[in-house]
Amino acid sequence: MPKLPSLKIPDAVVPPPLRKPAKPGAGGVPNVDAPSDLKTSPPDRKTDGDRLLDQAKEAPVDVLAWVDTRMGGSGFLTGMLYRKVPKGTNWFYTLGSATLFAFIVQAVTGVFLAMFYTPSATQAYASISHINNEVPLGAFVHGMHKWGSSVMVILIFLHMGRTFFFGAYKYPRELNWVIGVVLLILTMTMAFTGYLLPFDQRSFWASIVGININGTGPVVGPYLSDFLRAGPELGATTLSRFYAIHMLLVPGAIIALIGAHMYLVVKLGTTAPPWVKAEKPKVAAPVAQLDAGVEGNGASPNGGPS
Amino acid sequence: MTRRRAFTIAAQGLGGLAGAAIILPAVGFAVAPIFHRGKERWEAVGPTGDFVEDTYRQVVFTETEGIGDAGKTTAYVRRSSKELEEEPGLFVAVSNRCAHLGCPVRFVEAAGNFICPCHGGVYDFQGKRIGGPPVRPLDQFQTRVRNGQVEVGPRYSVTNQMDPVRARDPGEFTGGIWEYLYPPRPSTFPPP
Repeated sequence: MPKLPSLKIPDAVVPPPLRKPAKPGAGGVPNVDAPSDLKTSPPDRKTDGDRLLDQAKEAPVDVLAWVDTRMGGSGFLTGMLYRKVPKGTNWFYTLGSATLFAFIVQAVTGVFLAMFYTPSATQAYASISHINNEVPLGAFVHGMHKWGSSVMVILIFLHMGRTFFFGAYKYPRELNWVIGVVLLILTMTMAFTGYLLPFDQRSFWASIVGININGTGPVVGPYLSDFLRAGPELGATTLSRFYAIHMLLVPGAIIALIGAHMYLVVKLGTTAPPWVKAEKPKVAAPVAQLDAGVEGNGASPNGGPS
Repeated sequence: MTRRRAFTIAAQGLGGLAGAAIILPAVGFAVAPIFHRGKERWEAVGPTGDFVEDTYRQVVFTETEGIGDAGKTTAYVRRSSKELEEEPGLFVAVSNRCAHLGCPVRFVEAAGNFICPCHGGVYDFQGKRIGGPPVRPLDQFQTRVRNGQVEVGPRYSVTNQMDPVRARDPGEFTGGIWEYLYPPRPSTFPPP
């Protein structure tokens, strides 16, 4: 396994206790010659203003250092942000981040929509039409949430296609594929439950059709649709139920699983595209080593960090 | 068994018990509606003289209370017909809920059929499927006469032989083995 080159962390980020202490007598300003004649030219004394300015310049670093001394996140952050990516990494690799960004847009716009939305069967439609017609920028925020949901579903499928066609689901990344599939299902759940919330004719009938499709599963189907509707007919509690699933249950699960998904991406690294050939070992391995199944010089078979 | 192991098991058991005390009621709370049957509801839809044997009259009534217009549903009502060998003196109330996926069907007088706008389901005058994707005849509502008014009550489904069974959701077959593959739900009323 190749050793990662050690990273030079700028001194400014390193918290004070880790800094090399100044040599005795060197003072705060090293490498400056002492004035030749102290009597004729006394050293300039710093004014209070200068001292305050220096403190202000140091403040952001001091704050970061204070946090880092107590939390120790800088090692993790540098490891994550400066991690190596394989040769051939290209724009297709941005689809996952794009999906994440679409999710963040949904989360932010959703929070602000919730400030005006009323999840009640008799008032939901009126509150949505209030958002669209009277609240400043309401139609814009609602539009971002509405169209953004389609964008997220499209992006998650493109990301899945990239992973499949690049073979990035293979060992050791199968678990991340499984997590991704669960995230896909949760995203579809979000799209389905969110569709009912405006409570207009389209969402009402679409939800009825969706619940009935769900009910056609043998044996458990009828009970599942009763669970979704909270009863034999679509009613007042159906909307509350969809609302709770849409903005409490599933988003929490999605956030947790995105965390696990990204942890595994950082931990395992990404794969090279299939058209990038693995580098051959520069020096042929001794026959004895090959027989024992030991890699030559530790070159990673997929060209990336392993 | 060592003392350490006994205490480990006891601590984990207590933790599990405490967790179950929180999780089980919450889950029960969420799934309870599956087992709850609401009150039987009857609504008058018009005097008996309004309905005839050879065509339907459209009536709108409340099926779910408390949610305004969204809780209303449509039925097509007529008198039972001698020509179709039905028991005389009764009223037939056919639901407009398509047995495919629940879209609203309408009765087309000229054709004498019920037609669904969504996926082209067609039903004959009695509500039996004669075309398209539906899996069974249209649902019906129980009917009775009180003070000269026709009243409609709980929904029920029928088999292809028009035998009444407990209400099923659209898309679910009825009769024969399907009665087991799509079991009746506790939240529905027994058929007449």
